[in-house]
Amino acid sequence: MKIYGVALLCACFLVGKYLGQQLGNLLGIPGDIGGVGFAMLLLMLGAAYLGRRGRLGPETASGIGFWSAMYIPIIVAMAATLNVKAAFGGGWVALLAGAGATLAGFMLVPILARIGRKDTEKRGN
Amino acid sequence: MDVLERLLDTNGLIFAFLMVGGILLLAHGVSRYLTKGRIPAAALAILMGLALAFTGGKKGIADHPLFAGLAVLGGSMFRDFAVVATAMGADLETIRRTGKAGLVSLFTGVGISFLVGSLAALAMGYTDAVSITTIGAGACTYIVGPVTGSAIGASSEVIAISVAAGVIKTLVTTIATPWAARRIGLNTPHAAMVFGGLIGTTSGVVAGLAASDEKLVPYGAMTATFYTGLGCLLCPSVFYILLRTLFPL
Repeated sequence: MKIYGVALLCACFLVGKYLGQQLGNLLGIPGDIGGVGFAMLLLMLGAAYLGRRGRLGPETASGIGFWSAMYIPIIVAMAATLNVKAAFGGGWVALLAGAGATLAGFMLVPILARIGRKDTEKRGN
Repeated sequence: MDVLERLLDTNGLIFAFLMVGGILLLAHGVSRYLTKGRIPAAALAILMGLALAFTGGKKGIADHPLFAGLAVLGGSMFRDFAVVATAMGADLETIRRTGKAGLVSLFTGVGISFLVGSLAALAMGYTDAVSITTIGAGACTYIVGPVTGSAIGASSEVIAISVAAGVIKTLVTTIATPWAARRIGLNTPHAAMVFGGLIGTTSGVVAGLAASDEKLVPYGAMTATFYTGLGCLLCPSVFYILLRTLFPL
């Protein structure tokens, strides 16, 4: 049933957020420290575990798949409700950060591609 | 007119789904017919969203009561929930298959993007750890930015900047990849995996690789899928803590 998938997602989400909040408390930092990341990790582990035991049918998975497919639409809704007017002056920061990060990534490709090149090619990838 | 207004007011969230559906339809049309599929529809749709936000103030277009539902749909609860759901497509077995290079490129990619993004924020005069972290996270992807920003309490304005940084990354990747591919040796599945891990914006990586060499797309997507998750894990935790010690309030 689809709701099982949604419920699994909710459980991972809440546990992950709880861990994030607790970690924040522990470190004395207000806010949620990595909660979404923890939740994603939990979902990956949970889905893999259930999948191995044959308990994650396509119906259950489709309950999660729906929300996964909704993420771009939700990000669009979020973008439309941000304080863009005030942020406009910061347009240069965005340009510098976005373009700079991309450029840095591009330049590292030939360097990091040397790691383990032989291995992957041997395995016929 | 009064009846319609009341209808949309009491069903704000439903109306928001309809609106976003319309925006995505438009974005797909523009992507396919005006850019010949070169620019990913997701990036265009987010740009349209940001443009719409311009018509309002603090809460973007949701400042108009008619569009208040968009603030619910785009609020942090639904957003974080949907982002977590995307982890479903990522199988830990896959990352093992990409080997050491995949893992190293992912960590390096998130780290270097964050570093460059936060340096940009610093250079433009931001001095508080929360804003610098959020903009640095936005340089990872347009998802890592807002997820990080709302987790650590950044202002809506800074979150908007972080989304814009992420969208620019997607656009630059899309446009520059075919041009740079040969120069950076992006012509083997192995290099494509490294590329996906370093850049991370899945829509940009997929669109850029498709325009360079269709066969490389799945390899780039393989590592890029993990990037946002890793960014959401590292940016609001390790990186934020680090910046807090460097820039105490």
